[in-house]
Amino acid sequence: MSRKPKTEITWDTFAEGLWRENPVFVMLLGMCPVLAVSNTAMNSLAMGLATTFVLLTSGALISILRNFIPKQVRIATYIVIIATFVTIVDYTIQAISLDLYNALGAFIQLIVVNCIILGRAEAFASKNTLARTVVNATGMGLGFTLALLCIGVVREVLGAGALFGIDLFGPSFEPWVVMILPPGGFIILGMWLLIFEYVRRSRADAAKSEEVKHAA
Amino acid sequence: MSAPAPEAARQAAPTLPMLLVLTGIAMLSGLLVVMVYQLTKPAIEANQLAAIEAAVFQVVPGAVSQSTYVVGKDSLTPYAKGMSGERVYAGYDKDGKLLGVAINAGAQGYAGMIYLLYGYDPACQCIRGIKVLKMVETPGLGDKILSNQDFLANFEALDAKLNADGTALANPIVTVKHGTKTDPWQIDAISGATISSNAVGKALDQAGQRLLPKIVPHLAILRDNPPKPEAEK
Repeated sequence: MSRKPKTEITWDTFAEGLWRENPVFVMLLGMCPVLAVSNTAMNSLAMGLATTFVLLTSGALISILRNFIPKQVRIATYIVIIATFVTIVDYTIQAISLDLYNALGAFIQLIVVNCIILGRAEAFASKNTLARTVVNATGMGLGFTLALLCIGVVREVLGAGALFGIDLFGPSFEPWVVMILPPGGFIILGMWLLIFEYVRRSRADAAKSEEVKHAA
Repeated sequence: MSAPAPEAARQAAPTLPMLLVLTGIAMLSGLLVVMVYQLTKPAIEANQLAAIEAAVFQVVPGAVSQSTYVVGKDSLTPYAKGMSGERVYAGYDKDGKLLGVAINAGAQGYAGMIYLLYGYDPACQCIRGIKVLKMVETPGLGDKILSNQDFLANFEALDAKLNADGTALANPIVTVKHGTKTDPWQIDAISGATISSNAVGKALDQAGQRLLPKIVPHLAILRDNPPKPEAEK
């Protein structure tokens, strides 16, 4: 893809984070929180939204300041900015719900080192206008949230027989405990990657055969 | 970066803008963090208080108000902001009668520390309830200490009498194998979660041995100072 500065905002600016460059299923970035806190749908949603907030705000600030930040200190600057917004999220979640804060544990603070965020700051926010960055970061954040939810929903339903804490199957259901444990995270992530890759391949194949048809 | 800067330009990079940008951003960050800290502080403190109250009311059945005390060398003093020392929470009913004392305990479980709060009832000299505050036990196995009814039944009246000198528990609290509980100071373990069950027993025993001898002689202080009725918050 050409990387000359673009200013126009297209549907793709937003949607690339949802599908084509989905941070979890395609780029496989930020796997640590993905595997660690996707044991329930609620944790997934909270983690996804927290990450989205940090992506959005740090991206916006970096985009505004992109012409003032000297190249040599850019990474240090990005990290300071990201850490600031992570601290804000940390306090906010504590103020909203201590239970949720305890459930997410250290993974809130660890958003600082989530490579999606630094990756987007370096690859997108530092080269694009504010509006484009905001749109793209929203897409990326939602893509990340969606991916976490995909995993979290499956793990909670299978591992606890519940969804968002609401019991689904009644007392006769024997929870599949391994799904709540870390191995369950790997298994479900693998399944989703399989599905994603299959769909991508079959789409690409369909496009190719279409081309061949036209050429012939 | 797509186009690497020439060597000369890189060396000539001015230091001043770098300093200015980093300083400026750090100041901006500091400002933002302090602002959010100030904004969220009341809510966070209220949440923490509510969490403590909810836990105290759970382990001291019937309590509707509580006050916090700090365990000193030979006294109990009402907790004031900034005081250090181990805290205990006295629970009262609506007439201001002391129902029990909630005390913190902790011990190493299977996967990490188990922190819990237990309610000591002076009337029966026993433990009336426990609430696990924080733990990382295995879901489905160790975390049965939260939900297993047979296990929780141990804490309806777990004996915690002091010995004649008042220096230690008369009978150490021990966890015994599932189905072999014979004495009121024994805890019937959950089969399949023995290590977590043992940890709960150990936590209660350690905290009981250490703190109850310091608290029990001063129960009158708690009894005579019920919390003042507060306006609805």
